[in-house]
Amino acid sequence: MEKLKSLADLKRIREEAKVKLELRVKGDNPEGLVQVKVAMATCGIASGAKPIMDFFVEELDKRGIGAVVTQTGCMGYCYAEPTVEVQLPGQEPVVFGFVDRKKADEIIEKYIKTGELVEGIIPVNYEKID
Amino acid sequence: MKEIALHILDITQNSIRAGADEIRITLNESVTDDLLSLTIADNGKGMDQESCRRAADPWFTSRTTRKVGMGLPLLKMNAGLAGGGMTIDSTQGKGTTVDATFRYSHVDRPPLGDVSGTIALMILSNPSINIVYSHICEGTEWSISTREIKDALGEEAVTDLTIVRSIREIINENVAEMRNFRKGYDKY
Repeated sequence: MEKLKSLADLKRIREEAKVKLELRVKGDNPEGLVQVKVAMATCGIASGAKPIMDFFVEELDKRGIGAVVTQTGCMGYCYAEPTVEVQLPGQEPVVFGFVDRKKADEIIEKYIKTGELVEGIIPVNYEKID
Repeated sequence: MKEIALHILDITQNSIRAGADEIRITLNESVTDDLLSLTIADNGKGMDQESCRRAADPWFTSRTTRKVGMGLPLLKMNAGLAGGGMTIDSTQGKGTTVDATFRYSHVDRPPLGDVSGTIALMILSNPSINIVYSHICEGTEWSISTREIKDALGEEAVTDLTIVRSIREIINENVAEMRNFRKGYDKY
């Protein structure tokens, strides 16, 4: 493949690939997307959250799952970093602790694809009463 | 932190929490001067003098979820270990600038790490913030920003995860060109 050197190159390649992009339903309904939030404060980053976020971005795309991957701050679970919060459409968010590549793969294959819970969940210890 | 890239990712979070809508990250490398400097400047809410003075103290944090704040202290430590140092300059209502220097050839200087991937990731996860990355190599400067990407590819492009790889490649290619096959630089 030719080398990408400027935004103009990228624009051209994107236009060529537009047909392919339009086939994907992604982006049409943000509520219908899986939300993945990787905790990336000092504690998370030091424990290796960056490669985990890269993993989610790459793999969710590769496996054709419509998802939004973002970073969040520290949720106070510094001992369990890297932590990842996953929210399936229409469901309560679930936080997983000690996420490595293997666990991330398991989360994608089991929890995100089938809704089956996997080990390593950090339970909600309090909920706000509205 | 094992890499300069991770410090960038970490310190930038402070700027985001300070409500900045523009963050300038400048990495200046010179083998000739044996110097590596990292500057992160934001236009967030800034700090008062007391907070600014204590910012590099690990027992000081503006957070309530925990009692320690290790981001700046770790950067200061790493800079100090590599024959450099860190300064923080902040004005309330104007913004904050963090500047860290390292001796390029120092054995204890952390490697640069995946700087291009980190910048690409930050641009995509904070589409509403204009992130400007400048890379200076022996005095030659090259930069890329969220605004430039939006101008070239449209507003929604910066939320498309598939362009992470492309942005990273563009940064890598340009840095490689600036270095121009000269020896002594970190893997980028």
